[in-house]
Amino acid sequence: MAEYDYPDEPAGPFDAPPIEFEDREGREIEIRVYDEEWFDALCGMYDTFDPADRAQGIPPAREERVRSWLDVILDEGQDVIAVDNDTDRVVGHATLVPDGNEGTELAIFVHQDYQGAGIGARLIRALLGHGKEQGVTKVWLTVERWNHPAVNLYEAVGFESSSVESFELEMTLRLD
Amino acid sequence: MRLLLGIGGSDDSWRALSRTAARAAEAGDSLTVAILDNPDSETTPEEIEEKVEQRLSEHDLAADVRHVEGDPGAMLVEIADGEGYDQIVLGGGERSPMGKIRVGQVAEFVVLNAETSVTLVR
Repeated sequence: MAEYDYPDEPAGPFDAPPIEFEDREGREIEIRVYDEEWFDALCGMYDTFDPADRAQGIPPAREERVRSWLDVILDEGQDVIAVDNDTDRVVGHATLVPDGNEGTELAIFVHQDYQGAGIGARLIRALLGHGKEQGVTKVWLTVERWNHPAVNLYEAVGFESSSVESFELEMTLRLD
Repeated sequence: MRLLLGIGGSDDSWRALSRTAARAAEAGDSLTVAILDNPDSETTPEEIEEKVEQRLSEHDLAADVRHVEGDPGAMLVEIADGEGYDQIVLGGGERSPMGKIRVGQVAEFVVLNAETSVTLVR
């Protein structure tokens, strides 16, 4: 994995979970650090995830592949989830996975029933707040260049583009 | 069918070779393996050729193996379109720590530029 260029100045500050708020549809949402009692509910979010919202091959399409994929990232990474407090549904998930080379890869998913309600913006900030508490300093991600809503979200929290030479945009952020 | 497989020594390109050799042996396809310049690979073109020959013999397949100098994507398109190949085959990309598929620069160039059909092996 290539070594990326990171911004000189740290982004933030970001508040760590737990964070409670009302989304734009009036639903009570809580962002919390993931623990394993939420595993089945998290799988449930991905089992009903719209295939059109997949990005670069994740989440995997088949249910057993979702579980093996989650097993790996939940084991190695830092994870926060967004929960609808009325139904205990997991409606969003954001994760930081170490790349074995000082950096950490970020990804975020919001279930299609809860998109456009301001949850992603809260979730990514909460993840970065949690990551900083856990000692994460350098964060990177890749995003399909034409995925403008995602690129806008990443820029809003301080990610900077580090390469535009391919289908994928590489973006980086410093936490500390 | 006449297949042109490009290989630069990345993990996904070895996977593509094994799968393609197995299918070509079964289907009776004619396979050409193009060993590409790959500045990122720590393996020399000679080492790659040796390993390619070994893989081909495992599948009991006779294939034309050639070294291609210059820009790998541009040369693959040039050879495939110019020499009437039916299909270009390439590795389908590496996975990031998160599990995201990352398509290589050569594959991107070939997909966007070749008139020949392209297969990315996953």
